[in-house]
Amino acid sequence: MKTQTLENISYFPGCSLATSAKENNQSLKKVCAHMGMRLQELNDWNCCGSSSAHSIRSDVAFHLACRNLSLAPKGRPLLVACPSCILRLKSAHHRLKEDPAACEEYERRWGREPDLDLQIIHFFELMKANGHLGSAPSEALQGLKFAPYYGCMLAYPPQLRHENRYYGLMENLLSHFGAESLIWDYASRCCGTFLSVARPDVVTPMVNQIMQGAINAGAECLVTACAMCHLNLEIRCNLKEKLPIFHFSELLTLAYGLPLKKNWLTKHLVDPLPLLKQRRLVA
Amino acid sequence: MQASRSTAMILAAGEISLPNRGNDMLEIDTSFCDTVVQRSGEEFRRCLQCMSCAGGCPFSHAMTYRPNGVIRLIQYGFVREVLESPDIWLCVGCNTCSIACPMAIDIPGMMDALREIAIENKVKINESAILSFHQEVLNSIQRYGRTHKLEIMMRYKLRRRDFFTDMDVGLKMMAKRKLDLMPSKIADPKVVAKLFSEAEK
Ligand code: SF4
Ligand code: SF4
Repeated sequence: MKTQTLENISYFPGCSLATSAKENNQSLKKVCAHMGMRLQELNDWNCCGSSSAHSIRSDVAFHLACRNLSLAPKGRPLLVACPSCILRLKSAHHRLKEDPAACEEYERRWGREPDLDLQIIHFFELMKANGHLGSAPSEALQGLKFAPYYGCMLAYPPQLRHENRYYGLMENLLSHFGAESLIWDYASRCCGTFLSVARPDVVTPMVNQIMQGAINAGAECLVTACAMCHLNLEIRCNLKEKLPIFHFSELLTLAYGLPLKKNWLTKHLVDPLPLLKQRRLVA
Repeated sequence: MQASRSTAMILAAGEISLPNRGNDMLEIDTSFCDTVVQRSGEEFRRCLQCMSCAGGCPFSHAMTYRPNGVIRLIQYGFVREVLESPDIWLCVGCNTCSIACPMAIDIPGMMDALREIAIENKVKINESAILSFHQEVLNSIQRYGRTHKLEIMMRYKLRRRDFFTDMDVGLKMMAKRKLDLMPSKIADPKVVAKLFSEAEK
């Protein structure tokens, strides 16, 4: 994907970023603006169906995703912020490509042909395309030691196995700005997602294991690109010592030297301010 | 019942022997496997029982049969064991198993179909709390076109008659303004609500 095609981009924030993870949403928009991209929020987008629709009503899951696809203007990529939403949208799009009957139904329901060439991209893809923005390596992140936490976002079902995935992207990009990435055991461990509500007894040991793994590796913080992972690590970990968790886009905001809004950081349940102050990343 | 479950567990664990369920033999449905294959569109009959899925699944320890065991039981036609198992509800669709599977089986896709079959057949749902959660999320989407987390949690708690667990978590999230009081809605929620009633099963 070439940089010049990336100016106008449709944007699907999804329910989490629109509500419980506003700090993720705002920092992501800020980084995109800095890179010269105009994000146009998808007009009247609906929930992608989350984990629940495909779990018990796969028909509804498909239609919910399709309605969003039908709102995307032709000829520009659709940026999706949440790894879980993107999987839902890509699965529906893949089905449309494979199944003419599904396309017919789409047309009947949404009154237009599906755009089978629509590019559905994750924030990672933008970062990959734009690389380091030509910026020279810097020490902006002051040697911050982080455990890159991808959760399940790099694991796609077999039918989507040819889709791009971005192993090592957070490590590469953040190291470019002087952070130190650590090798650890739980980078791709599932966070427990929605079981956090109904079976916290199962999820707490899992997130404790993840947090302890990061601590044992010598990390000062975890970096994630998923709002669900972020929330589960914050609310379900009951260890005495907890590391702060950053959204990838928050650290990029710092790396690019963009003004960091105070009210993002105060949204964190594990306070990142002491660490940021100690590392002289905020005044 | 107890005996049949242990037979099922032996089979699920990979020991191939004829099920000894006495009269329970009647409950074996040899067409079940075809039904699930058709419903899920997933050709899991090519499973090798290598157990890579079970090894990687972060919820294996909480399951009764584990993903490979569920496949084996489907193949033997142990309908009740499969549909009443906690396993199909504990699967969160993280795809850890499918990327490890040498036969590229979409295990979470198969689990999706099993949950739907379980609900349609009104079997006893072993993990009813998880089902309640899914239902509340869907209710919210049906009502607003988007999810309203605070209301989902309140209604979930009402449904479970459990008002005290997680009060602290909820309050912390409120204090951090992570739970909006008012729902965010789409312009005309009826458009989305219609999908729920119209969508063919
Ligand atoms: S990893 Fe695949 S082939 Fe191996 S047991 Fe699991 S489903 Fe079967
Ligand atoms: S998708 Fe389901 S069965 Fe597979 S590893 Fe994840 S939780 Fe386990």
